[in-house]
Amino acid sequence: MSNATLSRRNFLRVTAIAGGGMMVGFSVLANAADFPEESGVFSPNAFIRITPDGKITLLAPNPEIGQGVKTSLPMIIAEELGVDWQKINVEFAPFDAKFGNQVAGGSGSVRGRFEPLRKAGATAKMMLVEAAAQTWNVPVEECEAENGSVIHKSSGKKLSYGALASKAATLPVPSEVKLKDTKDFKIIGTRVKDLDVKKIVTGKPLFGIDTRREGMLFAVVARSPAYGKKLKSFDDSETKKMAGIKQVIQIKNSVAVLGTSTWAARKGRDALKMVWEDAGKLESTTEHDAAFLDMLSRKAPNTSRNDGDVAANMTASHKILDVTYHTPVVSHAQMEPLNYFADVRDGKAELFGPTQVPGSLRGQVARELNIPPENVSIGLPRQGGGFGRKLMPDNGVEAALISAAAKCPVQVQWTREDDMQNDFYRPSASFRYRASFENNKLLAWHQASVWLNRGNNDDTYPAGALQNFRAESQGLPTNIPMGYWRAPGHNVLGFAAESFMDEVCHELKRDPVAFRLELLEQAKQQPVGKVNYNPDKFKSVIELVAKMSSWGKEQATGTFLGFSAWFSFSTYVAEVVELKMVEGKPRVQKVYCAVNCGRVVNLSGAENQVQGAIVDGIGHALLTKLNFEKGAAVETNFDKYRFLRMRNAPLDVVVEFVPSEDPPTGLGEPALPPVAAALANALFAATGKRFRKMPFED
Amino acid sequence: MTKFKLSVNNKVLQAEADGDTPLLWVLRDHLNLVGTKYGCGAAQCGACTVHINGNPVRSCLYPVSAVGSSKVVTIEGLSANGDHPVQEAWEEFDVAQCGYCQSGQIMAAAALLKRNPKPTDDDIDAAMTNICRCGTHVRIRAAIHSAARKGGLKK
Repeated sequence: MSNATLSRRNFLRVTAIAGGGMMVGFSVLANAADFPEESGVFSPNAFIRITPDGKITLLAPNPEIGQGVKTSLPMIIAEELGVDWQKINVEFAPFDAKFGNQVAGGSGSVRGRFEPLRKAGATAKMMLVEAAAQTWNVPVEECEAENGSVIHKSSGKKLSYGALASKAATLPVPSEVKLKDTKDFKIIGTRVKDLDVKKIVTGKPLFGIDTRREGMLFAVVARSPAYGKKLKSFDDSETKKMAGIKQVIQIKNSVAVLGTSTWAARKGRDALKMVWEDAGKLESTTEHDAAFLDMLSRKAPNTSRNDGDVAANMTASHKILDVTYHTPVVSHAQMEPLNYFADVRDGKAELFGPTQVPGSLRGQVARELNIPPENVSIGLPRQGGGFGRKLMPDNGVEAALISAAAKCPVQVQWTREDDMQNDFYRPSASFRYRASFENNKLLAWHQASVWLNRGNNDDTYPAGALQNFRAESQGLPTNIPMGYWRAPGHNVLGFAAESFMDEVCHELKRDPVAFRLELLEQAKQQPVGKVNYNPDKFKSVIELVAKMSSWGKEQATGTFLGFSAWFSFSTYVAEVVELKMVEGKPRVQKVYCAVNCGRVVNLSGAENQVQGAIVDGIGHALLTKLNFEKGAAVETNFDKYRFLRMRNAPLDVVVEFVPSEDPPTGLGEPALPPVAAALANALFAATGKRFRKMPFED
Repeated sequence: MTKFKLSVNNKVLQAEADGDTPLLWVLRDHLNLVGTKYGCGAAQCGACTVHINGNPVRSCLYPVSAVGSSKVVTIEGLSANGDHPVQEAWEEFDVAQCGYCQSGQIMAAAALLKRNPKPTDDDIDAAMTNICRCGTHVRIRAAIHSAARKGGLKK
């Protein structure tokens, strides 16, 4: 890079690639000085790479856990760059500070990257056009770029991006860049297939679990069988006699067995004679649940929100609805059981495997091995699901420690049982909802929740629409690790709140759609306190789904509908579950879903996320729970851990997006929270019975 | 350790393993055919589904010693160019999210269509017992119906 100027405004950087070519990097980091000068050096660590032979490579910066960002993020770059989607290459970026925030979580990848990636693409295009104009000695305004070439309109001259790359790389980076008019979008908003689809359907090695390296050993680890127990001693004499066993290594509170195959290591691990001793409380689900009820019966120490005067408007003289909901602990159960490849040698660590947080993994590995973070490299494979489990980097850290001790490359493989016994679970929770009524009007709303580990911020809709509203939440301390599970907090809060809303409507004999629209109109016209949502956007999805599902019209005999809506990760979702009673048992036929998530980037991927979240939410509402008995998970595999299969899934899920010019908001999670309530409300319509405790088929 | 001669994807392959080693791990660790996935090791999730003599089998509990001269087909051998009607339908419907369970789903669906070229929704419910945490079931169902319409049996 000879004379490029770094602008603090857009932090773009252009570097000449050795042998010619151009690279544009971009970061969301606040300080452009974080970037080392790489003048004249070939580096793959950038979003765009164009080489003189015309090869255009885009790098997908965020971990792909099934949320589709390996496809959708490059779509954003390609749109502004003006290239043919069919003619580009996309690679996963490795972990590197140049790529900014490489986390997969909080439904944030597209949300956080939309604007920066548009600028990255637009800047590159602008410089390619400038290079062409200089080459032809014509005004820049007379040149246009599209489909990977710059064209001089009046003369018909044309140069490909590849032919222009070397010259473009010598130009200064513009400080202002004009983005495309959104009306001209050709890629964003279209239906694009997952880039890896062909590899997926033909079984190509794509995942961390598929890693195979020269000299690599397979490791299976004996970890504590229960929370509250620690390693006292172990006897590996039987294990060491077994064929294919190479090493047995104690790492902190666990023992790794390394062998020439996964099965050898697994058998060796199972042959260890492990002695564990009590080191803490051995907790059980029955105790948690009893404590929850006790805590709900008492006043909480603090409130998330307190509008008006709930106490004065909820007295013995009022009619009061007072109900309790409960949701159990569940495991992440991502389909690829945890694993990690690590090769730690000569003060350096090479890691490759599933994680949603490569940055945090690198920091922890560096600390544990006492080596500088820059000596830790992390490669990111496609991942067999995330759902929040891999926001904890324990699997990668453990693999690094095992490889360091074994002094050879290792692939650590967790069994499904290991995975379910050593999770950071979705916390169980109990909810007590109360509403008071006067003259057939809703007077006050009081919601209280208790969660394992810590309380939740329950300041959500319908707060802002009600004169008297109080929300309080508290946590029950536990030594069982709780974590983040798809749409944390919202995933079960949405169930309790929207089930209760249905009960309130039933009490008032009001239509659930009309009543919600009325509340949202109140939140808009006469807001009470701070309103954390946009009432108009909320209404947009409720009105659309009502239309899609023919809400309020007569249904076929034996068909019942349930409604629910929720706002999370800046996205509004409304859903209607349609079920039929078949031989006395409910079967979800169809789910209608309306979403307002700003602009949709990849229509196919977006729809898939919404359909998947709905199916996922239905399965967990109907079937799934995990119990603890004396610190141990009772259900550690899919024989006991009940999980949705095709026979429990809706036959169809119809998704529509509210057209929007706003930037994209989150989409990997927001369609899950409302569906359990929509299902419970449909079940009430069908059976007259309220389903207030998950799983419903218990 | 025993030497096994296995017919996998129309090739004779050799592996030296304990006889109780599940076929899944022989495929993945010995023969480097990693398209067949480990999900539960309990024949519950179906990620490890392969065809043995044309029947769908969960290879994670199927000992290599039981394979004998049976013909094993994995996702890598389902078609020469990834053009089995089920694979094409999966591509057309952009079924996958994370993609991890899909080779097992495809093997289960291919076996279903071979046995029952025009499955009803109930047939699909009964045959497709594989687990998918991403929740791609709606697209899986649509892809199976589509492959059936296009003649899933023929290939």
